[in-house]
Amino acid sequence: MSAAAPDAAAGGTLAGYNFAYLDEDTKRMIRRALLKAVAVPGHQVPFGSREMPLPYGWGTGGIQVTASVIGPDDTLKVIDQGADDTTNAVSIRRFFARVAGVRTTERASEATIIQTRHRIPETKLREGQILVYQVPMPEPLFRLEPRVAETRRLHALADYGLMHVKLYEDIARQGEVTISYNYPVMVNGRYLMSPSPIPAFDNPKMDRMPALQLFGAGREKRIYAVPPYTSVRSLDFEDHPFKPPRPAAACALCGSRDSYLDEVVTDDRGGRRFLCSDTDHCAGRRAER
Amino acid sequence: MSDDAPILDASGLHLRFGAVPALDGVALRVWPGEVVAILGESGSGKTSLLRVLSGALAPDAGGVLYRDASGAVLPVLGMGEAALRRLVRTEWGFVHQNPRDGLRLGVSAGGNVGERLMAVGARHYGGIRAAAAEWLRRVEIDPARMDDLPRDFSGGMQQRLQIARTLVTEPRLVFMDEPTGGLDVSVQARLLDLIRALVADLGLAVLLVTHDIAVARLLAHRLVVMRRGRVVEHGLTDRVLDDPQHEYTQLLVSSVLAA
Repeated sequence: MSAAAPDAAAGGTLAGYNFAYLDEDTKRMIRRALLKAVAVPGHQVPFGSREMPLPYGWGTGGIQVTASVIGPDDTLKVIDQGADDTTNAVSIRRFFARVAGVRTTERASEATIIQTRHRIPETKLREGQILVYQVPMPEPLFRLEPRVAETRRLHALADYGLMHVKLYEDIARQGEVTISYNYPVMVNGRYLMSPSPIPAFDNPKMDRMPALQLFGAGREKRIYAVPPYTSVRSLDFEDHPFKPPRPAAACALCGSRDSYLDEVVTDDRGGRRFLCSDTDHCAGRRAER
Repeated sequence: MSDDAPILDASGLHLRFGAVPALDGVALRVWPGEVVAILGESGSGKTSLLRVLSGALAPDAGGVLYRDASGAVLPVLGMGEAALRRLVRTEWGFVHQNPRDGLRLGVSAGGNVGERLMAVGARHYGGIRAAAAEWLRRVEIDPARMDDLPRDFSGGMQQRLQIARTLVTEPRLVFMDEPTGGLDVSVQARLLDLIRALVADLGLAVLLVTHDIAVARLLAHRLVVMRRGRVVEHGLTDRVLDDPQHEYTQLLVSSVLAA
């Protein structure tokens, strides 16, 4: 960028940087990829991923997507494993507060953009909201088919028998499908998609979600999307239907029996308790009581 | 065999690898329910012919027509990858010389047989398992070994598993490349028996590549003898083997070791 960047001084953001860190040409390139991704739900669109001021695996893909869709009027929420107060969430939230000067929040209902790693908020999302996922590995077939060119061909021909072989093997050996996170989904009846490493518990929330879901994989340089109200089906067999797993326990803080729980070891004598992984949801329930 | 139109019709196939002619004006027809063996020594173009006929290799000239289950005649070369894959998944089968090429060694025997069913849309776990058990039984593998990995099977069992996996979707045309190569004689004899029974049961058309005259005599109705990319002789198996006309066929037949 030239020194006279037009947005640099606007809105009290960091001088010397363009609004939301990325330069406008990069944002335009990413928005093009996003438009294509929304037009072909579940299809992985390549994009020129940029070097970001944090390491790969920390959310470079998600940050680039957020930077390209965020505007000065947006309110941002960032979660990591459901929590607003973990290192990754705090750093990314602070990053955007500095480079874009946007309002940030911990309430899922108040946010217009939610960047997430490993969870979907328990709060039902509404129209107009955007959920941005950080994706480490966008290719759902990568453990089954090591050749990238071949996985592309399988996607192009909708040849997904291989994924079902994996589910078959799980049931034959363990009696049930043993994938507990990153559970593969079929988007719009056409593309097999990795939902990013969210727990299988969250998969049903993706189906016909009113909010727009965007997925960014920085290291693998892929973007994909699920437009609002699109069908997202977890793969299963007719006689072994998909069952989202959840421990039979209640949250030790708010008593919730329907939210996703983290198991916390409390001492070295086998003591443990379950807590809501979604801190905003848990705090909201405790405030109500 | 049948006075229907041929299921596979190839004509004028030419293919060169540099200066070496692999196929030099080969024409071949296969009718439904017929077993045709392609016989020849190493380097005679047998495997190249099989690959061209199955759409895996594009020839320099010539065409291959396939008549599908609905009676439509399709050009194998140039039908597009999606259509070819659909054929490979539904109406064709491949039995490789080395079972490791045709099997997934890290997937259980049942999963190997079920893969083709799942690829064509079967989504009932119990149904897939029942079909896999039935096919294991048909190829004389104990269904109790269904959840074992094929890498723990003997060579003969692996080959039988490969046959079960290929035939489970009841293809119309099966390509076999030296299906008994690398097996000892007694295992080979049982496998040949099995293939012969299954082929007759299902009314399959089979295109078999072999250099083993005994295998050809046992399985094939018709024989095509190849040498240096050309078909030097063809006809009914017994006629060709009992009364070889071409000098090369005479050489082949006379080179068989008597036990």
